[in-house]
Amino acid sequence: MTDIKTTSGTDAVPAGPSGGAPATGAAAPPGSPPGTPSAAAAAPLPVRRRGEWLVFVLRNKKVIGGGGVVLAFLLFGLLSPLFLEHGPRDRFIPQERRAEAPSTDFWLGTTRFGEDVFTQLAYGVRSTFLVAVLAALIAAIIGMTVGFLAGYRGGFVDELLMMVTNVVLVLPVFIILVVVSSYANEIPAFDFNRLTQAVVIGLFSWPWVARAVRAQTLSLRSRDFVDLARLTGVGTLSIVRKEIAPNMGSYLVMVFVLLFAGAILFAAALDFLGLGPSGGMSLGLMLNFSREWSALHLGHWWWFIPPGVAITAITGAAYITNVGLDEVFNPKLREM
Amino acid sequence: MRRYLGRKVLIYALTLFVAVTINWMLLRFMPGDPARAMVSRQRPSNPEAYQRLVDYYTERFGLDLPIWQQYLNYWKSLLSWPPDLGVSTWAFPRPVSDVILTALPYTLSLLVPAILLSWYIGNKLGALAARRKALDNTVLPVSYVLTATPYMWLAMLLIWFFAVQMEWLPTSRSYSANLIPRFSFQFISDLAAHWLLPFLSLFLVALGGWAIGMRNLVIYELESDYANYLGALGAPDSLIRRYAFRNALLPQVTGLALQLGVILGGNVLTESVFSYEGLGLRILDAITARDWFLLQGLFLFIVIMVLVCNFVIDLIYILIDPRTRTGLQGASV
Amino acid sequence: MSLRVENLRVYYRTLRGNVQALDGVTFRLEDGEIMGVAGESGCGKTTLSKSLIRLDGRMQYIEGSVELDGARLPVDKQEEMNNFRYTEVSIIPQYAMSAMMPIRRIGRMISELLQSRGYDYQTILPELRRRIELVGLPENVLDRYPIELSGGMKQRMVLVISTLLNPSLLIADEVTSALDVSTQKAVAEALVEFRDREFVKSMIVVTHDISLVYQIADTIMVMYAGKLAEKASTEVIVESPLHPYTQLLISSLPEVGVRYADKQLGGIPGSPPQLLNPPKGCRFRDRCPLAFDKCVEEPPFVEVAPGHSVACWKVN
Repeated sequence: MTDIKTTSGTDAVPAGPSGGAPATGAAAPPGSPPGTPSAAAAAPLPVRRRGEWLVFVLRNKKVIGGGGVVLAFLLFGLLSPLFLEHGPRDRFIPQERRAEAPSTDFWLGTTRFGEDVFTQLAYGVRSTFLVAVLAALIAAIIGMTVGFLAGYRGGFVDELLMMVTNVVLVLPVFIILVVVSSYANEIPAFDFNRLTQAVVIGLFSWPWVARAVRAQTLSLRSRDFVDLARLTGVGTLSIVRKEIAPNMGSYLVMVFVLLFAGAILFAAALDFLGLGPSGGMSLGLMLNFSREWSALHLGHWWWFIPPGVAITAITGAAYITNVGLDEVFNPKLREM
Repeated sequence: MRRYLGRKVLIYALTLFVAVTINWMLLRFMPGDPARAMVSRQRPSNPEAYQRLVDYYTERFGLDLPIWQQYLNYWKSLLSWPPDLGVSTWAFPRPVSDVILTALPYTLSLLVPAILLSWYIGNKLGALAARRKALDNTVLPVSYVLTATPYMWLAMLLIWFFAVQMEWLPTSRSYSANLIPRFSFQFISDLAAHWLLPFLSLFLVALGGWAIGMRNLVIYELESDYANYLGALGAPDSLIRRYAFRNALLPQVTGLALQLGVILGGNVLTESVFSYEGLGLRILDAITARDWFLLQGLFLFIVIMVLVCNFVIDLIYILIDPRTRTGLQGASV
Repeated sequence: MSLRVENLRVYYRTLRGNVQALDGVTFRLEDGEIMGVAGESGCGKTTLSKSLIRLDGRMQYIEGSVELDGARLPVDKQEEMNNFRYTEVSIIPQYAMSAMMPIRRIGRMISELLQSRGYDYQTILPELRRRIELVGLPENVLDRYPIELSGGMKQRMVLVISTLLNPSLLIADEVTSALDVSTQKAVAEALVEFRDREFVKSMIVVTHDISLVYQIADTIMVMYAGKLAEKASTEVIVESPLHPYTQLLISSLPEVGVRYADKQLGGIPGSPPQLLNPPKGCRFRDRCPLAFDKCVEEPPFVEVAPGHSVACWKVN
C-alpha cells in the first residue's frame, strides 16, 4: 500500500480557500488562491437524495451570485453575436466616429480602426468561454484519470503516475505555455486555433487535479462499499465509475470550476502576448490591440477597461461560486 | 527525512532532464533552418555571399552534425563550466548567457520583493481577517478581486492611472532612455521610479491569493483539536492564535513553491506591459525575433531557477515541520 | 469537593432547530468519588462533559445550575469560567490523541500553556517530571514531538497535562476508546492512582465501555437520549440494576468464557430517538419491554434507595 505522504503539505489533501475547508494549501491550482479546493478534506457527501442537493446549491447566496454572473456573461457571449450586424474586426465605422468614447450608438465606444468595441467584447467573451471550458474539460479528464488510477491501483502504477505528475507540476506552467505557443505558431501544420490552444492549456493544467483526486480516491478506496464491489469481481474502471466517482461528484464540480477560472487567465494572458491564434477575437486580444495601439496613452479607456473587467468578473465570480459550492458540499458539523 | 529529500531530488533531476530534452527537441524540429533565418535578417547582397554565410552559420551552430550528436553536444555544452548556451541571434554577437545575466537583476528586483512581501503581508492580513469579522468583510472581497485580476490588466490600469493620468511615474522601461547606468543618485532614483509600478502590479495580485489562503487556514486551525484543548484548559486567545498561525504557515510555505510558476507568468506579463528589461521581456523579444537559441537558454535558465527555489523551499519546510524529520513511527513503550 | 448539578439543559443549535442533547440532568458528586457515565452514542454524555468546562460554538446553555464546592460554576459564561478551567475543573478530551500542538515539543507547549495562565514552568517542572514517571512515560518525553508518541503514550501525557494543576474535578471523556486492552488497563489504573494520591479530588469518567467503568468507578450514572436513567454504586448497577435500559445494557455484555452458542448476546433492538423533536414522556418507551400507558408521562429521576436513583414508572 502506498504511503500517504502526509509530510509535505503539498502531498496531503488540500486545504482551503477559495473555499473554506482547510486542507493543506497544496493541491490548489496555481493561479487560484492557495488552498482552494478545500475540498480537501471533502468527506464524501452524506447520504441524501440527489434532488435535495440541488435545492441547497440553489439556495446558497454565493453560488447564486457568482454562478449568476458567470451565466450572464456566458449568455452575453453566446446570444449577443446573433443580434450584432458586424463582426468584431469589421472596420465599418466611418472616420469621424472612430476612436470615440461610448455613446448611445456604440455602447462601448469605437476603436481607431473603426471597429465596435461592444461587438468585440461580445465575440471576445464567447471565444474566451469556449477556450476555457474546453481546456478545463481536457485538464479535468486527464487529471481525474491519472488521479483515480494512481489512487485506486496504488503500488507501482501510483509511483509512476505521481512521478510524472510531480515533474509536470514543478515546471512553470505559464513559461511552458509561452514557449509551446510560440512554437505552435511557427508550425503551419499545427493549425493553431482556439481548439488547439485549449488543448495546449489543458495539457499542462492537470497536475494539481491529479494530486487532489488521488488523495480523495485513497480515502474512499478503503471504504466498505468499495471492498464489497471488489469482492464481487467488478473491474477497476467499473468501480471507479460507479462507486468512487459519484461520491466525489461534488468535489469534481469544484475542481472543474477552478480549472475554468485558471484557463481563462491563461488564455487571456497568452492572447495578450500575441501567442494565441491570430484570427477571431478574444478578451486577451482586445487587451493586446488596445495596448499596441496606445489606448493607454491616448486615453481610449473604453478599449482596455471592458475586457479586463470581463476577465476579472468572470474569474472572480467563478471563485465565489466555488466558495459557495464548498459551503454546500462540506457542511461543517454546525449544520445538520 | 532522507527519503523525503531523496524523492524530491529525483523529481527535480528528472524534471531537469525532461526540460533540457524538450528544450533541445523544440529547437531541432522547428521548420526552416535557423541558419537561413539568421542570414535573411542580414540581407546579403548576392547569392554567393548568402550561401557562404549560411554555411558559416550552419557550421558555427553545429547544424550539420547528425541529430544524436547535436543532442549530446547540447548536454556537453550545458555541463561545461561556464555553461555554453550559444550565441544569441537577436543580440548577435552577444552570447546567450550574457543576455540572460544582464536581464537577470531586473527580474530579480521585481520578483524577490514581490514574492516575499506579498507572502508575508498576505499571511498577516489573512490571519487578522480570520479573527476579526469586520476586517474580514473588507479583506475577503478585495482579495478575491485582486487575485481574479489578470496581471497584465492591473499593470495597464496602474500605468493608465499613475503614469498617464497623474504623470507621477514613468510609463515604461527599466530606466530612462537618456541615462547611462551608474551608481549615482540620479540613476538610482530613476531606477526606483521605474521599478515601483511593475513591482506593485505583481505584488497586489499575489497579495490577494495569500491573504485568502491564510485566512481560511487560520480559521481551520482555530477549530482544530489542539486549539479546543487549549481553550478547555483556559489558555488565552493570544496563545491559541499564535499556535494556529504557526500551523497554518506550513501549507503556505509549500504553497510558495507551487505559486512560483504563477508569479513567473505574472512577471512575463508585467515586464511586457512595462517594457521592463528583465528575463520576461527577453523571452518575448526572442520569440518575436525568432531567436530560438536565446529562447532555449532563457527557458532552461528559468526552469533551473524554479527547481533551485523548490529545493530551497523543501529544505526550509523540513526545518519548520518536525514531522518530516521524525517520520511517522511512534516510539514504543 | 462536591459537585451539584441541578437541571442542566444544554442544546445544540442547528439550522433545523435545537437538538435537545442534554435535557435536564440532576446529580451529585462527592469528594473522592469516581463516577462513570455510561450510555449509547448520542445519549448526551459528551455534551455533559463539555458543558461542565467549555461550551463549544454550537452549544447553547438553556438553564440549570452547577455548583462546585459550594460556589457557583458559571458554565454559561465563557469569560468567567476561565478562572476555573484547568485549576478547578479540567478535562481529558475525547480527541486526546490530537490534543497536543503538533509542531511544538511537548515540554515547550506545556511551558507556554502554564506561562499563559500565570504559572511558572520551572517551579512546576519537578512535579511534572514526577508525574511523567508515575504514569510510566520516559523522562525525555518532554523533548519529543507528539507525533513521536504512540496512542497510549499520548493519552497518558494528556492525563498528566490536564491534571498538572490539581483540579478538584477531572472529566475524562472516552479515554480508553482508541487503545488496546493492556494500555487501557494502564490508563485506567493511572486514573485511579491520581485520585488516590489526591492529584484530583473527583472524577467523571465518560465512556460507552461499561467494563472499564466497572473496574474503576465508585458509582455509575446511565444516560439515555439526553436524560438520566439510573445512578447507583457500581455493584448495584452491574448486579441489580432497576431501570430496564440498564438491565438490557448489562445483559448485552459478553461474559468472558461464555460462548455465543451457549448463551446468545442480547442486543437492544431499535435505536435512540432523535433529539431534534424528542418524543414526549419517557424516551426509552419505544424500545422498552416493560413500557405501559403511564410511560407517555415523563418519569422523574428519584431516589429509590440511599444513593440509588432511577427514572422509571415501573420502579416507583
